[in-house]
Amino acid sequence: MTLLQVRDLAVSYRDGSGTAPAVRGVSLDLDTGQTLGVAGESGSGKTSMALSLLRLLPPGARTSGQVLFEGEDLLSTGWSRMRAVRWSAASVVFQGAMNALNPVQPVGEQICEPIMLHDRVGAKAARTRALQLLDSVGIPASRFGAYPHEFSGGQRQRVMIAMALACRPKLVIADEPTTALDVMVQAQVLQLFADLVREEGIAVIMISHDLAVLAQMCDRLAVMYAGRLVELGPSGQLIGAPRHPYTAALSRAFPVIGDPASRRAPSGLPGDPPSQARLGAGCSFAPRCPVALDACREREMELWTCGDGRQAACLRVLPEYSAPQGESS
Amino acid sequence: MTMDQPVLEAVDLTVVHPPRGGRGPARAVDGVNLSIGRGEIVALIGESGCGKSTLARALVGLVRPTSGEVRCEGVPLRYGAASLKAFRRHTQLILQDPGGALNPRQSVYDAVAEGPRLHGLRAGLDEQVRRSLSRAGLRPPEDFTHRFPHELSGGQQQRVVIAGALALEPTVIVADEPVASLDASVRGEILKLILGLRDEVGLSALVVSHDLGLAWNIADRVAVMYLGRIVETGTVEEVLLHPKHPYTKALLSVLPNSGAEAPTLLTGEAPDPTAIPAGCRFHPRCGRWAAASSEERTEAACDRRDLPVLAADGSHAACHLLRSNALTESV
Repeated sequence: MTLLQVRDLAVSYRDGSGTAPAVRGVSLDLDTGQTLGVAGESGSGKTSMALSLLRLLPPGARTSGQVLFEGEDLLSTGWSRMRAVRWSAASVVFQGAMNALNPVQPVGEQICEPIMLHDRVGAKAARTRALQLLDSVGIPASRFGAYPHEFSGGQRQRVMIAMALACRPKLVIADEPTTALDVMVQAQVLQLFADLVREEGIAVIMISHDLAVLAQMCDRLAVMYAGRLVELGPSGQLIGAPRHPYTAALSRAFPVIGDPASRRAPSGLPGDPPSQARLGAGCSFAPRCPVALDACREREMELWTCGDGRQAACLRVLPEYSAPQGESS
Repeated sequence: MTMDQPVLEAVDLTVVHPPRGGRGPARAVDGVNLSIGRGEIVALIGESGCGKSTLARALVGLVRPTSGEVRCEGVPLRYGAASLKAFRRHTQLILQDPGGALNPRQSVYDAVAEGPRLHGLRAGLDEQVRRSLSRAGLRPPEDFTHRFPHELSGGQQQRVVIAGALALEPTVIVADEPVASLDASVRGEILKLILGLRDEVGLSALVVSHDLGLAWNIADRVAVMYLGRIVETGTVEEVLLHPKHPYTKALLSVLPNSGAEAPTLLTGEAPDPTAIPAGCRFHPRCGRWAAASSEERTEAACDRRDLPVLAADGSHAACHLLRSNALTESV
């Protein structure tokens, strides 16, 4: 069943001279219990896109399009309804648990708060549920009354995960949940998160710049560049055989140890991501694209279907432009 | 073992931070031998809090070792102002966050020219700045000299920082997480630059990182650090393809694309340099020790028996539970 349908979502921010588009027409579907990874570099609009789903952006942001959550458009619904949806139907694990938790309130109380508000239960029942949640993320009950600064980074992130799951939501949006963590702690937190959402059948939208981490966690991946989706498909296929040159570059950026092709050969992408104010006609990636065609600079891109459940916004997937590998003009 | 004199080395180096806030002294670096050969790129890998940044700072003379010494071309480093100043022309540090490392009110030209100016190298300064910028991949340099840090992207800022280091024509650069704050596509470009500088001008480098993929991408040798000690060292192929130490194995197994069936998750929190466990410092988190039979435990005695400090060259792992290892040679 389709849980979330995003249609032509656009977000722009007001800046000094006009408006800067951050998200430019994103459409995607998410089924119940499905996990979707959104990859992209800083400034690609991935965080704006994800936070706009629950209208969590600052007042200066303008959002248009449709976000249908179980058929209800979250962008046009009233604020009281929106408040009810947040936490109980859809919740967020923010990046940097350091700043997302209230430093002057014990973490146990912080977990109880949404439970009491949304499940309309008393303090005692909320406490029972909070202890259960802390236990599920591997934090002993004795730490219920501890303050955020008494926890390590990994533990704080686990508290955030416990909070996000507190009201049994159907969707969790995880914005770079492990970015500031060490590799070992990152692996612990990811595995914990993956186990919990799988057990409860929760749908996840996970945002990261690390394609490899997303591929491990998610059924499907979406790659964003300059505010648009450039490729969408099942994780394994998208990493194994990317159809968009940007996806290919991103997946090469994190080498596989033991792969002779990347030994003493780091792979990057010349140039810098485009600034939002200077987006020209045609494909936004064309200036950095190693296989760009003349037509790429003129024709408008859309997500063309290129295989089972796969879409890519690259002219090369169209039969009339598909060229033998390695040829460029 | 090595033919040439290492250009920079740490010999039995320890750095102990004084006690603070009721805790004991922190043994951030607790006995390390590490050498960087001419034209060699060495990766120092470890998690946060393992002492890798303190070791890097000691190697560039910013932190005075508590014992042991830093040797530059075989000569022990002295900490007088004049000898440190001379040393800075030999070894340069590149910091993690280029946005923070650059003065926002200084133009690119001044940022790069600062080093040569401090060293009184005013003759041909313009030419030197241009050459450094161009070596760091900012071409043509004229397009950048009058710009300010906020007008540059993160990748360009890091190139300016690197150009500033190159302006003194150092023999070695010590780079602390040079790509950690950069985007994926830019990361490869900066690593290419470090690799290219070695190939073109013979620059040696110590690259400090938490990222094993970085070592695979650019390094010749790798040293894995845990709680103040190097626990495994060797060529990149030896250490990353045939890891011996359980800690290295665990680090490799949790990489998202490692292909390992079941990643070895270490339990417990990051270790604390104010309370280093007795015996092997890794044994409280070691899966191999946890799974060892009682005979093995009696024989290896990881919880009581200290390990020797590994030698800087060759290939070693500091683990009692390895039967056929090169450990015995490394005292």
